[in-house]
Amino acid sequence: MKRHQRIALGGPLLLITVLASTPLWAQLEPVGEWAPRFHEDQPERIPGPDIGDYLGLPINAAARLHGDSWDASILTLPEHQCKPHPSDYGVRGPANLRIWKEVETDSQRTIAYHTHISWQAPERTIWMDGRPHPPEYAAHTWQGFSTGKWEGDVLTVTTDHLKFAWIRRNGIPRSDKAVVTEHFIRHGDYLTDAVIIVDPVYLTEPFIRTTDWQYDPRQQIAPYPCEEVVEIDRPLGAVPHHLPGTNPFLKEFSQRYGVPEQAARGGAETMYPEYRLKMAAQK
Amino acid sequence: MKAFFVQGSRRGALAKVAPGALALGGVVLGLVAMATLGVRGAWAQQNSDGTPNNPEVHILPVQGNVSMLVGAGGNITVQAGKEGVLLVDAGLANMAPKVLAAIKTISDRPLRYIINTHVHADHTGGNEALAKTGSIIAGGNFAGNITDIGNFATIIAHERVQQRMSEQTNPKLSDDMLPRDTYFTPKKEIFFNGEAIQILYQPAAHTDGDSIVFFRRSDVISTGDVFTPSSYPVVDLERGGSINGLIDSLNRIIDIAIPAEKQEGGTYVIPGHGRLCDEADVVEYRDMATIIRDRIQDLVKKGRTLEQVRAAKPTLDYDSEYGATTGFWTTDKFIEAVYKSLSQKK
Repeated sequence: MKRHQRIALGGPLLLITVLASTPLWAQLEPVGEWAPRFHEDQPERIPGPDIGDYLGLPINAAARLHGDSWDASILTLPEHQCKPHPSDYGVRGPANLRIWKEVETDSQRTIAYHTHISWQAPERTIWMDGRPHPPEYAAHTWQGFSTGKWEGDVLTVTTDHLKFAWIRRNGIPRSDKAVVTEHFIRHGDYLTDAVIIVDPVYLTEPFIRTTDWQYDPRQQIAPYPCEEVVEIDRPLGAVPHHLPGTNPFLKEFSQRYGVPEQAARGGAETMYPEYRLKMAAQK
Repeated sequence: MKAFFVQGSRRGALAKVAPGALALGGVVLGLVAMATLGVRGAWAQQNSDGTPNNPEVHILPVQGNVSMLVGAGGNITVQAGKEGVLLVDAGLANMAPKVLAAIKTISDRPLRYIINTHVHADHTGGNEALAKTGSIIAGGNFAGNITDIGNFATIIAHERVQQRMSEQTNPKLSDDMLPRDTYFTPKKEIFFNGEAIQILYQPAAHTDGDSIVFFRRSDVISTGDVFTPSSYPVVDLERGGSINGLIDSLNRIIDIAIPAEKQEGGTYVIPGHGRLCDEADVVEYRDMATIIRDRIQDLVKKGRTLEQVRAAKPTLDYDSEYGATTGFWTTDKFIEAVYKSLSQKK
């Protein structure tokens, strides 16, 4: 082979070798400080949902009764005061977010991503090393057990072993049998978390919510200590709740906003835009 | 409430009690299979009557000196150290060999104590087989005069457990099955493997002989069947249980337990059946039991019959989480037990 032919052949060979040894693209890392954006669902996420507002939730009768029975005073019990949001709801509240990654020194392989959220300071680990989820008899936690994988530029996370918690902060529950799938999508300085909850106990369909953040390199998240105290002197073991049919606040939401009562009771059909046509007919 | 399992005479196998039988029973709870993604580990499949099908015993380290064994009937707590091994409960009789094998992977020290949380066979069935492999530390005249007395682990329980087990006639239990070290006071205390262990009596709860065991340094509570997060609370009315006593025991567990951070971890709670828990899980279970109790109490005060109470569906919001339509402890049986418990004349 002549020298100019060897040079001509060597160039492409070198390029192929380089391409084979490195990924064609690097994933868009979600690492960094992220400030929450509340242009979606601000009234529910910050001031909080109204009692009896189940609109847009694919709930069943069991979830509805749980919500109807719920009394906000239960949060005054010492054993309820310091509960953090679970990982599937924590992104919805005052959720200044930090994400960092854990890298194995020798291989430089990402073992995990960790998240920290401002309210109640919960921290979560998203395992990226292919480890299995724990057995059924292992403990459940507020943040659950999460494993992740890249699907192109989207970080897909699967979480189970969650404690019994909530979908909306007015008594609509999410059971400990739920499995949550998330897709973290970064587009430049914006991050979106699409959360999909499948709950065989309380939901008739998967429930999907998206939450957004903007990159904020100057963000400083404050500590969030919590100490339980006795706020109201009650008999030992008293649990605030409304007996069935006695909650006086259930119709306030529909009356205040002019939403038909049937719509306020929620259900899967209330998630879809075509329900507005039905709602107009109910007025 | 007749559908309790008892220990049979063959293979230590389980047999259904005929209606009206007065035999001592054991409750084997159907365990709900959880459809979680990527779960590993051999979670025992269930026969239609709730007994494990080809069961295996699984070990879960908890914290401190304490581990949890799952799959032998009721959960078993293992505390191990240089002084030996202590168990809370003994599982089913036919699971004793597998329980022993599991214990040996934790410690090869002698078995010294078995604490029975209550009388049922899925927690006491393994008493004799396990205790016979153990030994107590005896000395002086005691060891010299009764030479074989040390070749048996001590079985501790509230005296009502011993009384009920000794009264059983179908089948009659051997003396070696019975707790020999009983207490009748509100609590019993021992110090073992470097930690204080409190055995706390809970009257009229799951039965009339329940004990909660608190490992103070390991910071673990073994509850027996006063806490069973895999099902509705099991109230054995025939053996002195009551819904109010059971709720009292849940509140006591909450009073003892202290979470580490943000209502998680800290004191761990090993239930009679079901997964490892902490205070927040007991709180959720207590809330459920209290709310349902309050609903049924309200209906009892209004003079409703049992059928009317059932028709009102007082458990609707919790049925898919804790309820069952088949097996030993169905939703209907739970409602009936609560109704009768609240309707009993005091």
